[in-house]
Amino acid sequence: MKPPEFEYIAVHTTDEAISQLAKHKTAKILAGGQSLTPMLNFRLVHPDMLIDINPIKELDYIREHNGGVSIGALTRHRMIESSKLVRERLPILAAAAAEVGHLAIRTRGTFGGSLAHADPAAEFPMIALLLDAEIKARSASGERSIKSKDFLVSYLQSAVADGELVTEVHIPGLPAHTGWGFHELCRRPGDFALAAVCAIVTMAAGKCTDARISMAGVGATALRAPAAEALLKGKAPDAALFKQVAQKASEASDPSNDVHASADFRRHLVDELTQRALKDAVERAAKA
Amino acid sequence: MAEKQQIEVKVNGTSYKREVEPRLLLGDFLREELALTGTHFGCEHGVCGACTVMLNGSSVRSCLMFAVQANGCEIMTVEGIADGDKMHPLQQAFWDHHGLQCGFCTSGMLITALDLIKNFPLADDHEIRVGLSGNLCRCTGYQNIVTSVREAAKQMRAKKAA
Ligand SMILES: Cc1cc2nc3c(=O)[nH]c(=O)nc-3n(C[C@H](O)[C@H](O)[C@H](O)COP(=O)(O)OP(=O)(O)OC[C@H]3O[C@@H](n4cnc5c(N)ncnc54)[C@H](O)[C@@H]3O)c2cc1C
Repeated sequence: MKPPEFEYIAVHTTDEAISQLAKHKTAKILAGGQSLTPMLNFRLVHPDMLIDINPIKELDYIREHNGGVSIGALTRHRMIESSKLVRERLPILAAAAAEVGHLAIRTRGTFGGSLAHADPAAEFPMIALLLDAEIKARSASGERSIKSKDFLVSYLQSAVADGELVTEVHIPGLPAHTGWGFHELCRRPGDFALAAVCAIVTMAAGKCTDARISMAGVGATALRAPAAEALLKGKAPDAALFKQVAQKASEASDPSNDVHASADFRRHLVDELTQRALKDAVERAAKA
Repeated sequence: MAEKQQIEVKVNGTSYKREVEPRLLLGDFLREELALTGTHFGCEHGVCGACTVMLNGSSVRSCLMFAVQANGCEIMTVEGIADGDKMHPLQQAFWDHHGLQCGFCTSGMLITALDLIKNFPLADDHEIRVGLSGNLCRCTGYQNIVTSVREAAKQMRAKKAA
C-alpha cells in the first residue's frame, strides 16, 4: 500500500495557495492528510499534484469575531479540543473534537479539512450544521461564504469547487440560556461513530424557545431534524416530550446497512441518542 | 518520476539531509533511508497505530505523512526514547509489567503513551484506555499495557515532583 506518484509543492501563504490552485486545475490540497493520505495509500485517488498548505501560518487560529468564533481552516483538532475560547464559548465543539479519531490523528487533522472532506459520519460537519456555521472559501475569482447546509452536498462531497481553498469557518455565538448535548456510539473510542446526535436548546421561563438537532452517520451528509426541532418549540420539555421528539428525529434519519451496523439499529440509536442529548441540553440550559 | 526534493530532518538528535521522492511516506523514510526499523508499518492507513512517531513533540502517524513534509522538523522514534543504555521509565515499566509479547505494536504504544503522559494527567485506567484506543495490540489483551502506562505515569510524576 504505497501512494501513487505525484508532484508536490508546499505553499506558505493563502495567496500562494490560490495562485498555485489556479495554475494546476487537477491538483489536490493536502491539509492534515488524515483522510487524503489513506485514500492515496489505497490508491483511491490519483492527483497529479499535491499542494501542501501545512506551512500556511495565517490559516491556523481561533478567535472571537462578531460575538461568535472564527476558526482558521488549518487549525488542528487538538487545538480545538484544548482551546480556552472554544471551551468557554462553544463547549459542544470542544467535546466533539475530543471524539474525533485518536490522539495522533488529532495532532495533524484540520478543521477545514474535516469539513471539506464531508464524511457523513464525521463530528465537525454535524456540529457546523447544528450551529449554522458559515464556511469561507477563496479562489482566484474571489471569496464566497457558504452556509453549512449548502456546503455539505453529499457523501464525501462538499461545495468546495476546483481551484477553491477553504480559509475559515465562522460559528455564530449562542443566545443566553442555551444548553447543549452531544452523544455518539462507537465500537471503540476514536472510531467513526455508528450514529451521533447533537442538540442545542434555548430556554425561557421553563419553556423551550429554540431547539436544533443535528445527526451524523445516518445519511449521505450530516442531517438536521426540522420536524423534531419544531415539536420542542414553545413547550416545557420533559422525558415524554423528548421521546416524541426523538421519534421524529429518527424518522428524519436515512441510514444504510453496512458491515458496522444495520439501518434499523442506527435508527434506534438516533432515537436513544436524541433523548440523551436533549436531556443534557435542557439541564445545561438551566445553568447557562 | 516526480522530482526529488531535498529535506533536512533531525531524528533522535541527529541531523540528516536526504533527497526524497514526494510520495515517500515518513515511516518508509525512517525505515529504508535511515535504517531506523523500530518504527513499524501495520495497516498503512492510520488505524493500527504501530507507526506512531513523535513530530515536534506530538505523536503522529508516520504512514499518514510524507517525508517531504517533515522538512525542518524534529522527530523522535522508539530508538530515541532510552538514555543511552538506560531504559526510559516507560520502557522499564513495559519490561517490569510484561507490557509486550511480540513487540510489533510496542514502538507505537510507547510513543503514544509518552504523548499522553506529557499532555494529560491520566487520572485513571479508563482514560489510559481511551488514550491508547488508536493502537492495536494482538497479543497482550491490553491489560498489561494499561498497567505499564499507569505505573510509568506514577513514577514519572514522582520523579518530576522530587
Ligand atoms: C484512524 C482514523 C480515524 C479517524 N476517525 C475520525 C472520527 O472519528 N471522526 C472524524 O470526524 N474524523 C475522523 N478521521 C478523519 C480526520 O478527522 C481527518 O483529519 C479529516 O477528515 C480530514 O482533515 P485533514 O485536515 O486531515 O484533511 P486532508 O486529509 O488533508 O484532506 C481531506 C480532503 O479535503 C480537502 N481539503 C483539505 N483542506 C482543505 C481546504 N482548506 N480547502 C479545500 N479543500 C481542502 C483535501 O483536498 C482532501 O480532498 C479519522 C482518520 C483516521 C486516519
